[in-house]
Amino acid sequence: MVQANFGRRKFLLYGTAALGTSILLKACGAPPEQSGTTTPGGGTTSTPSGDGDTIKVGILHSLSGTMAISETTVVDAEKLAIKEINEAGGVLGKQIEAIVEDGESDWPTFAEKAGKLIDQDQVSVVFGCWTSASRKAVLDVFESKDHMLWYPVQYEGQECSRNVFYTGAAPNQQIEPAVEWLLENKGDKFFLVGSDYVFPRTANTVIKEQLKVLGGETVGEDYLPLGNTEVTPIITRIQQALPDGGVIFNTLNGESNDAFFKQMQGAGLSPDKYPIMSVSVAEEEVRQIGPEFLKGHYASWNYFQTVDTPENTKWVADFKAEYGDDRVTNDPMEAAYIMVYLWKQAVEEAGTTDIEAVRAAAVGQTFDAPEGKVTMNANHHLSKTVRIGEIREDGMFEIVYETDGPLDPEPWNQFVPDTKGYGCDWTDPTKGERYKMEA
Amino acid sequence: MADLALQLFIGAFNGISIGSVLLIAALGLAIVFGLMGVINLAHGELMMLGAYATFFVQNVFNGWGDPWAQIYTIAAIPVAFLVAALVGLILERGVIRFLYGRPLETLLATWGVSLILRQFVRTTVSTRNVDVTAPAWLRGGIQIPTGAVPIQLPYARIFIIILTIICVVGVYFFLNRSSWGLRIRAVTQNRSMSACLGIPTAQVDALTFALGSGLAGVAGCAITLLGSVGPNTGQNYIIDTFMVVVVGGVGNLFGSIISAMVIGIVTYLIGSGTFATLLSPVDWLQPVVEFFNFFADSSMAKVMVFGLIIAFLQVRPAGIFPPKGRAVEL
Repeated sequence: MVQANFGRRKFLLYGTAALGTSILLKACGAPPEQSGTTTPGGGTTSTPSGDGDTIKVGILHSLSGTMAISETTVVDAEKLAIKEINEAGGVLGKQIEAIVEDGESDWPTFAEKAGKLIDQDQVSVVFGCWTSASRKAVLDVFESKDHMLWYPVQYEGQECSRNVFYTGAAPNQQIEPAVEWLLENKGDKFFLVGSDYVFPRTANTVIKEQLKVLGGETVGEDYLPLGNTEVTPIITRIQQALPDGGVIFNTLNGESNDAFFKQMQGAGLSPDKYPIMSVSVAEEEVRQIGPEFLKGHYASWNYFQTVDTPENTKWVADFKAEYGDDRVTNDPMEAAYIMVYLWKQAVEEAGTTDIEAVRAAAVGQTFDAPEGKVTMNANHHLSKTVRIGEIREDGMFEIVYETDGPLDPEPWNQFVPDTKGYGCDWTDPTKGERYKMEA
Repeated sequence: MADLALQLFIGAFNGISIGSVLLIAALGLAIVFGLMGVINLAHGELMMLGAYATFFVQNVFNGWGDPWAQIYTIAAIPVAFLVAALVGLILERGVIRFLYGRPLETLLATWGVSLILRQFVRTTVSTRNVDVTAPAWLRGGIQIPTGAVPIQLPYARIFIIILTIICVVGVYFFLNRSSWGLRIRAVTQNRSMSACLGIPTAQVDALTFALGSGLAGVAGCAITLLGSVGPNTGQNYIIDTFMVVVVGGVGNLFGSIISAMVIGIVTYLIGSGTFATLLSPVDWLQPVVEFFNFFADSSMAKVMVFGLIIAFLQVRPAGIFPPKGRAVEL
């Protein structure tokens, strides 16, 4: 007999099971969907790269799960750079062979795949990661195996690994100039909104310390669980804390941004009174949220598609020719593209793919990037130009501010008391990851 | 005094608007889970399909230009309902009808379906989120000039509240005034007796499930006004919808309404810090004020709401309105 009704005990049992399962699944970030299109390259031979006809490099990003939206664009940029290098004759006379692994938006999977790329595929270098959580997860692997990771995304700083080269912005190359610009042009009362994980929390600590030093005021802060879309309470808090308008500094990530911008507009909080400065909203996100909701707000990056350099004009044209006219370029993609070239230059200077030699040769490399000239510093971070863009009706950014030249990176934050006065220098064996700088 | 009244009104409006989003998302589940006892983990994905249906209607109507582009949201509601209901019907006929009375298998099967639907959207549409922009008349709000803080009631929120009311009233009349509603109630109360009396229970099951799924589609259309539309959209709502139904009491639509509103208002009052603000003038309540200030952020408010729900379920394990009568024994 088919029975649809069931009793209280059973209901409780199954109901709890259902709720528990779904919470568990959500807590894990993204369910480990078997959706990845992992491309196992180059068969099963374990020839160390450099000995054969090709040089093997690893690409480790999420091709499935919640982060796939962002990370697949970065993979496209890296593949474009590799293709260009190969067409121009390769590195040291050899073609580059990319082995793409899927991190599945799952941090332990990142660590596992990193180990696979290093041990099994014997790659010369790995380009990869997006979220700070995934970078932290693979850090141990790269440090214990003394290998090399190139990381293309702006991040919260407070890290300086011998085994990582960071080609995205450190906080002093994105967040700090944005705060200074806001203080100068938009007011000194700040409300901080962020997603509830490591990057926004650390970034907001930096902002609060910076505001204390520079004479601004933090009137409130709020954190939204990743993926949450109910922002009514936050909007009420903003209205109470900033009745006459003020600056909103937004470190939300992912889908919460859609909800935040749509509902801010619905509540009548317009950019003339409540300008929002975002650090995780680039051309791609603008396209997905809809420019109608974002017009007049700001973002801080090193690169925008509208940057006016000959290198950028060429790169945007090449990218569109490769992937289609409707695609846009953004800051992490540009950082991913140039890091492949920087690595190539380092290999050519070293004359070998040996990790130790390439690491030494990488420091001091310069490149005429789409964003302008970049230089790899002794602390494994890039000197970069900082720009602030206002979002236009067409979804592109009008660049309203630009630093005079590239800013030198400071991985250890100079506003946070714990790390104030510290620097990082991998060219000097007595200094290393963290040393006290002379005042 | 006028200021306090205004604050109360704003608080009530915001609480109810959060509650109505919860309710419209949970209404379909209240039928599928509450009346039929099917734990449908694909409910969120049915909402997502409704949201994508809205996206496609938007593109078609925008192609026709004004005035069509201005009314696409209205037209999207029945389309979203039909798309989700059709998928729900296929799901019930294809999978769930073999699993009645086996909740754990249903749980796994529907979760599998949710993965399939998500991946289906990823491969056929895009892995990226899509841009659904409400027509201009839904993007502003009603200005309330009085008070120290300028307040605007968003049209999108008002639209969702009205849509929720229409859905609730519609479901009420369908279940209580139509002959199919009578059959649904009969089958959910006593299936074998209904079958003896000649009610086609298989058809009733299919219809009930399709109705619940269709309501999920309408909810999907509504949430495009507030949030993002992407393959993971449904996942953001599934926990909240189960929470509403469990707290309300299974099998009782009225319970779901009450619980959605209470959860909405409590979430708002804690998350916005209103509790703390209201209590702050009283001196001896300062520790309480600090306690509420600690929870006055969206992440912490969620923690507290879940804590309160756990405490509530200790006192009333079967929700606000527990099932009564012979249904309990079965």
